[in-house]
Amino acid sequence: MTESSIAFARTEMLPQQEPPLSERGIVKWLHENLFSGWMNSILTLLGLLSVFLIVKRALPWLLYGVWDANSLAECREAVAAMAGPDAHGACWAMIRERWHQFLFGFYPMDQYWRPVLAFALMIVALAPVLYYGLRRINMLMVGIVGVLMVLALIGVGTDAAHLLVAVGVFAAIFAVAAAAPTKLVWVTILFPAVGFFLLWGGSVWGPIGALAGFAIFGAVWSLLQKKLGVVVAAGVGLVVAAMWWLVVQTKVTTVLHEFLPAGLPSVDSDQFGGFLLAFVIGVTAIAASLPLGILLALGRRSDMLLVKTLSVGFIEFIRGVPLITMLFVASLLLQYFLPPQTNFDLILRVIILVTLFASAYIAEVIRGGLAALPRGQYEAADALGLDYWQAQRLIIMPQALKISIPGIVSSFIGLFKDTTLVALVGLADPLQGITKIVRADINWKGIYWEPLIFVGVIFFIVCFSMSRYSMYLERKLKRDHR
Amino acid sequence: MKRSVFLGTLAGAALLAGYASAATLDDVKARGVLNCGVNTGLTGFGAPDATGNYTGFDVAICKAVAAAVLGDASKVKYTPTTGETRFTALASGEVDMLARNSTWTYSRDNDLKLDFVAVNYYDGQGFMVKKDLGVASAKELDGATVCIQTGTTTELNLADFFKENNITYTPVTVADDAEAQRQYVAGACDAFTTDASGLAATRATLPDAENHIILPEIISKEPLGPVVRHGDNNWGDIVRWTFYALVAAEEMGITSANVEEVAGSTQNPEVKRLLGLEGDLGAMMGLDKDWGKRAIAASGNYGEIFAANIGESTPIGLARGLNALWTQGGLQYAPPFR
Amino acid sequence: MAYVAEAPKESFRLSMLIYDTRFRSITIQVIVLILALLFVGWLTDNTIKNLAAKDKDINFSFLWNRAGYDIDQQLIPYTNDSTHGRAAVVGLLNTLVVAFFGCILATIIGVFAGVLRLSNNWLVARIMTVYVEIFRNVPLLLWIILAFTVFSETRPEPKDYKITAPMVELVKQKMTEEGETLPPDFKVTPRMVSSYADELEAAGIEPPQTEIFFGTVAVTNRGSNIPMPLLSRPLGGFEVAGVPISFSVLAVFALLAASIFVSRKLSRRAAAIQEETGVRPVIWWKNLAIIVLPVSLLLWAMGLHWEIPGFATDEFGVSKGFNIVGGINVAHSFTALLIALSLYTGAYIAEAVRGGILAISRGQTEAAYALGLRPGKTMRLVILPQALRVIIPPLISQYLNLTKNTTLGMAISYLDLKGTLGGITLNQTGRELECMLLMMLIYLILSLIISSLMNVFNTAMKLKER
Repeated sequence: MTESSIAFARTEMLPQQEPPLSERGIVKWLHENLFSGWMNSILTLLGLLSVFLIVKRALPWLLYGVWDANSLAECREAVAAMAGPDAHGACWAMIRERWHQFLFGFYPMDQYWRPVLAFALMIVALAPVLYYGLRRINMLMVGIVGVLMVLALIGVGTDAAHLLVAVGVFAAIFAVAAAAPTKLVWVTILFPAVGFFLLWGGSVWGPIGALAGFAIFGAVWSLLQKKLGVVVAAGVGLVVAAMWWLVVQTKVTTVLHEFLPAGLPSVDSDQFGGFLLAFVIGVTAIAASLPLGILLALGRRSDMLLVKTLSVGFIEFIRGVPLITMLFVASLLLQYFLPPQTNFDLILRVIILVTLFASAYIAEVIRGGLAALPRGQYEAADALGLDYWQAQRLIIMPQALKISIPGIVSSFIGLFKDTTLVALVGLADPLQGITKIVRADINWKGIYWEPLIFVGVIFFIVCFSMSRYSMYLERKLKRDHR
Repeated sequence: MKRSVFLGTLAGAALLAGYASAATLDDVKARGVLNCGVNTGLTGFGAPDATGNYTGFDVAICKAVAAAVLGDASKVKYTPTTGETRFTALASGEVDMLARNSTWTYSRDNDLKLDFVAVNYYDGQGFMVKKDLGVASAKELDGATVCIQTGTTTELNLADFFKENNITYTPVTVADDAEAQRQYVAGACDAFTTDASGLAATRATLPDAENHIILPEIISKEPLGPVVRHGDNNWGDIVRWTFYALVAAEEMGITSANVEEVAGSTQNPEVKRLLGLEGDLGAMMGLDKDWGKRAIAASGNYGEIFAANIGESTPIGLARGLNALWTQGGLQYAPPFR
Repeated sequence: MAYVAEAPKESFRLSMLIYDTRFRSITIQVIVLILALLFVGWLTDNTIKNLAAKDKDINFSFLWNRAGYDIDQQLIPYTNDSTHGRAAVVGLLNTLVVAFFGCILATIIGVFAGVLRLSNNWLVARIMTVYVEIFRNVPLLLWIILAFTVFSETRPEPKDYKITAPMVELVKQKMTEEGETLPPDFKVTPRMVSSYADELEAAGIEPPQTEIFFGTVAVTNRGSNIPMPLLSRPLGGFEVAGVPISFSVLAVFALLAASIFVSRKLSRRAAAIQEETGVRPVIWWKNLAIIVLPVSLLLWAMGLHWEIPGFATDEFGVSKGFNIVGGINVAHSFTALLIALSLYTGAYIAEAVRGGILAISRGQTEAAYALGLRPGKTMRLVILPQALRVIIPPLISQYLNLTKNTTLGMAISYLDLKGTLGGITLNQTGRELECMLLMMLIYLILSLIISSLMNVFNTAMKLKER
């Protein structure tokens, strides 16, 4: 009874066998993922065919790329020498010679550290918005951006002094992030003035004076809002601030500048070009359109018929016309609508019109955020006895804006891509403006694909990383609300 | 109160603004910079190089005017303008003058309230075709596909030419010069039409220039020249006579290299007047005595500018042709400086 | 009784305008109205002053002047003798036609890509992801330029389709060698030439390119030439404001509408029978016949034939001229703009479709499988109809975007409304204020029409809740 002696019963387990060939490894994966049915097989073959055709066409061209030449003709010779007379090759030498124009336009070369630093600061300025008060992630972000910035600064050939300044600024911000991450919000508040100062230069007192105006506005507002209510206090504050900006500020800053002449060499906005221009237009327009967009969104949801009608009318008008027409309004029609003999920078006019354009889209995004808030939030605010603006400021907007961030990011991506249209009014955008300038050079006349590919790849990298980030954010925010 | 906020904002907008008044000369002097409208990029005539400096045949006029008025040829702010925005930019005061291959026509001069002060390049519209097309005259282009740039006088000329000769064509309108060149090379059009100077520049940069011919017909007159706003005659005179100073300088053999030397040694009364050694021609326009000398010194006389930017020694290789001095069978003729 | 007190007497104080919520909204609205009116008045005042200073006026009479330029794609008759107004209409029609086909194509691409992105096929899902991401993250302008360039760089030139004299000679010689006797005025056709392609190549002559689709469609690097339907016995027509309207086309559409009406009636009857008996009568072939037969008969009666594009030839079959003539010529600026716009918008629609499908709960799929539906049918009959409700709102805004983005055609010189009214006309007349205002107005009306149409559709598709 101890051991079975029945012949047909096994006494020991069979050794484990490999699964059949069709059920393991690459074959199984192929079968399941690529050839699971005739439809799938056809799709797979079509997909492979298209990939093959693209690679076959583009690969030799990319392989015979020439980096070292001074003109298109030299490129062609080099390709012919490398691969025979009929071969085609990319002429990346143009990028090597002109990359800085694609990135910075005509910004003075020895000042390239300024846009780089401004760009790095902009990313840091976003940190408190996204991760308010989180020490580790803020430190991480400041650190990574700082390192990348240093690499970029070395890449554009910054001299040691300015490199030190930039590193110092970042070290200070890093220290703040480590010591008191909530205080990082000051970077965000100060960034518009700092960014403006870095990019356009001039006397340091100008931006400080402009900031002082906001400080005055804040002071007046907080003094009066208890007495007069939010709207009236804001009105009074605006008047006082406007007085400061228009009447007092220039005098004060001129005097200050005489005593303490500090500043950077000033750069005209017509020297902006390439991706610098795209970022300046895109970022300024989105940032400036936020307040306007919030007001429009509130106006659209308002009970007041007139306010609602005006908001809806404005939003629908802007959304109904193409961006190009807005740009042409900036370049052709603003001269009719503004007081006679008023005349300012085309870039500024374009930024204003693009801001108006963006504000309509931002308003719709924020309206979505407002609509997504449960009704209970409004009722709870009412139950607490908060008035309209208090409720908006303390309860509604913080939540609605948070929900709207992914929408705002995708609006920005859209706008950033659309900045390529400014070439049509004569500005030096990277895609058409700079490319046209490069092609007008007798050395590079006739170059076609290389600039398009270069610019397209940069656009892709920037937009793709932003859209991935906004998707991550969306998931994160969704979890918060479940 | 609300209203004052509102007005305050408007005043703010106005403060940001510069002013363009009737006296352009005063504005330019006060500003210290000449605002010059140029092409967004046209080989040889005006384009920024790798360091962002504008160079070119049209750009040289801007430099000469800046030198004459402000005493410094580098005090120019170049505003790139497109075919659509150029005249508006001038009319709105955004630029003080246009030096941007613009054709002088009746309606532009009168209806658009512009003043074409001179002709710095006598051009004409021509056709370029590939040799193997087997066409020797533009009149044989019946049924052909023709590439034209939009927003120019060329498309009107083309329509008129084909109508006049009772033949048909298919227009392929293209946005700019580079696009036209690419399409023409790819064979998307049989003929490429634009100003003859542009054709020559394009042909010069083709890898197989010998396989392309420029047809003999010149179907239009394209007098290209600097433009100013209508109504400010003094400013118009300054731009006009600065240009003529360059032409006269070539006629008198004054170059950027020898201008100082000539000024020291000349006995020719007209040269003396031009260089401000005698009389006060400058004061008549509101400039100082040395304006002519500085304008010539900026980038040389007309012939030098031509040779340096688009002449036969450059890759563009344009012959002087109509743009030779009148003494050499051309049309460039400066009125007397007297 | 004592509890009922008189309501406190309301005496109106000025401060109530701000503090009393009943009056505050009125106060604010009045202020806003004043500000808005002031703003509009300021703009108008400035415009009048500026116009006076520039010695200009607002005058739309230029629309009736001779335009003087040619447009390569015209849906209504237009020559350079026509007016600027007519050029604007031609441009508007060009905008509309590219927007219309673009919306249809983008929807098809978007639905396919969105569905395929969720496919089990690893490779296809990846390719679709790459497609969506690449198109969404690179400016549309680049795609338009790229699509256009690909056409003009990869397709053969029209002259490559030409049949030259040596080709004709060689073909004749070969045919004689094969024992055929050719009359002296024998005409060689393109098909004969292409059947001797090997012999031509052997003789060192590059054989001509041949038209695709059995010699009916030629896609050169200039444009696509497709056959044009012609009627030998048309019913005549009339003109409205210079736009010819043909009775034949109207008749075809009327007949088609009538057939569809009848076939829907038939389907409804079939559904009623199914409700009653549980068996659905087979009617698809009846439906097909009802729709196809009458129209075909009408077309046959009117003498429908096709004009095939090709080179003009001399009496021996040697090609003449520069271009393929005949048929309908579709310029590549149109095709490229259409393709780029639909691929770009399609990527966005694909995301909307994917989101819509993912929003439908898994239970719906499982229920459909439990009923025995195949995956394809599940998608078509169960998932997509429900997902549609989620998809339509973003779809509307994509359609609007596409319509507005047609203006980018100016980069490849597609002469749409922006190219004619806002481009060449503006340039030739110098009437920027009038041209731009008119153009903005037209685009605005267009957008409003599209969004209201789609909103009607949206309401119709909404879940009808009891």
